Amino acid sequence: MTATTDAVLPEPLEPIPEVRRYTSTGRAPGTRGSLLSRSVRYGLLIAFTLAILMPLYVLLVTSFKPTGGVSTAEAWTLPSQFSADGWRSAMERLAPSMGRSLILGVMVAILSSMLGSMNGFVFSRWRFPGAQTVFTLFLFGMFIPYQAVMIPLTGMMLSAEQAVPWFTGIAKLIVVHTIFGIPICTLIFRNYYATAVPNDILEAAKIDGAGMWRIYRSIVLPISAPAFVVALIWQFTSAWNDFLFALFLTNRNNGPVTFMLNELAGGQNPDYPQIMAGVLIASLPTLLVYILLGRYFIGGLMSGSVK
Amino acid sequence: MSRVKTWLPGLALVSPSIILIAVFVYGLIGQNVWTSLNASTRRVVVGGKIVERAQHEGGIGNYVNLLSSSGYQHALWNLLVLTVVFLAGTMFFGLLWAVLLEKGVRGEGVFRSIYLFPMAVSFIAAGVVWRWLLSPQQGGGAIGLNQLFQKLGLDSLQSSWWSSDSRWNMAAMAIPAIWQLSGYVMALFLAGFRGISEDQREAARIDGASELQLYRHVLFPQLSPIALSALIIIGHMSMKMFDLIYAIAGPNSYVASVPATLMWTQMFNQGDKVMAAVNATILLVIVAVVVVPYLIYTNRTEKEMGR
Repeated sequence: MTATTDAVLPEPLEPIPEVRRYTSTGRAPGTRGSLLSRSVRYGLLIAFTLAILMPLYVLLVTSFKPTGGVSTAEAWTLPSQFSADGWRSAMERLAPSMGRSLILGVMVAILSSMLGSMNGFVFSRWRFPGAQTVFTLFLFGMFIPYQAVMIPLTGMMLSAEQAVPWFTGIAKLIVVHTIFGIPICTLIFRNYYATAVPNDILEAAKIDGAGMWRIYRSIVLPISAPAFVVALIWQFTSAWNDFLFALFLTNRNNGPVTFMLNELAGGQNPDYPQIMAGVLIASLPTLLVYILLGRYFIGGLMSGSVK
Repeated sequence: MSRVKTWLPGLALVSPSIILIAVFVYGLIGQNVWTSLNASTRRVVVGGKIVERAQHEGGIGNYVNLLSSSGYQHALWNLLVLTVVFLAGTMFFGLLWAVLLEKGVRGEGVFRSIYLFPMAVSFIAAGVVWRWLLSPQQGGGAIGLNQLFQKLGLDSLQSSWWSSDSRWNMAAMAIPAIWQLSGYVMALFLAGFRGISEDQREAARIDGASELQLYRHVLFPQLSPIALSALIIIGHMSMKMFDLIYAIAGPNSYVASVPATLMWTQMFNQGDKVMAAVNATILLVIVAVVVVPYLIYTNRTEKEMGR
């Protein structure tokens, strides 16, 4: 395990441990310090909370205003007249691409997690000569600006499409996101296996004559669930939120929801309730994932910083 | 021979990924560099006839041409302003929030989740809201933040944001980026604080250190590896930033152009594939200059830790 890894990710599943310690005075957390310093702290925390939630307020308030009936002077006020038209029309326009994004996210998450698990096992537990160098070369792939591969990639995908006519839109994106997701997934699983797989069990299995594949399947894979959750969530979210690849490789008939949201909001569309509802609809799946599985989401975030 | 037999299956298990990364990361980068060195011609109409004229002479000259063009220098300057403000902002808020939360306050989980939630939203979705919030109109026709400032009696804070013709206009473009990623930096620092044992704080307090001295001389120095990680990650995100600027400023904005968005313009607006490839290659080099030493450094620390 590395120094940085230990510092950043104390336990695979505990990205940010809760405060365990109690102070020397024996007081519970949150009661330290004078009344003044405590009020300043909570005051600041609440002020920042309001600032962060402000765009969300704008989205919600605007999305429920009646189409066309909004005067710009009332942009920040609650809707005087409640209307779900914006939501209805945005849903209508975004629904097909939501389905496509769902397929994209799920497929990419499964495929790159599987590859990441196998790679992570090898790079942490079954090294070959030069494995560390190969791993570093993988990691570099995580940092590259995708602009640097975009021109030849677009050409390559176009010729693939000419050879195989159904290879369009989402199919292209599944391939591309799976491949460019390999580095981060490998990293997540490698860091996880480095602590979660006890060495002595591995050695014992080797002595008993178990081969690599057998050890991977019967010892490593069954305890991989926590890392899978982190990798699946991370990949689903990145594929769902991606726009750059979508812009270069898809069009309005076969693109994912980010592409369609940009179409909906772009140009001179004056229908703000529809646009703002569209933003909420397009963000709902990743927000749900975040709310329901937040700690795993943070686990993925953290691993991005760990080399 | 038996040693080879032990590691060979490991290499075999990773080989699909090695091939994919080799082709899609390094192969495509190579192809892009090759494109960037090409000569190209363009068709122009001279005296009613279409003739081929040399557009780029090829070789290193292509790079000289792009680097000396005012449009590119403008984009580089914008990137510099964006990156500096983005880094300063995320580090400031990230560290501040971590310090506010690290001792354990009531409702820590709630604050943490709210500060991190913008990370779960796509840059495109965030960009759509922030385009509205950062609308340049002031006074009577103001919407977005400018109108909010008026309502709060802070008229003097109104600004034309990124649309202003100031040299520093991209500082405003960093606001939504800071909104999205400060929570991430907070999470990194928070994990760092929790990794420092309570004994050290106690020892410092017994030695009579004030809270301020405790942070300055005991806690902050131990967070420097995390600060470095955060700087690298936010810095490289800033250099790659495309979606957010595309969503806020539109596809071909000159005032808000950075190399990543300029590449899109070169490719599809100007139909100049060679210059787009030159631009993408330079962007890759800029990112590599930052990331490669970092990868080597962490690689070395790992070895020193005796993996």
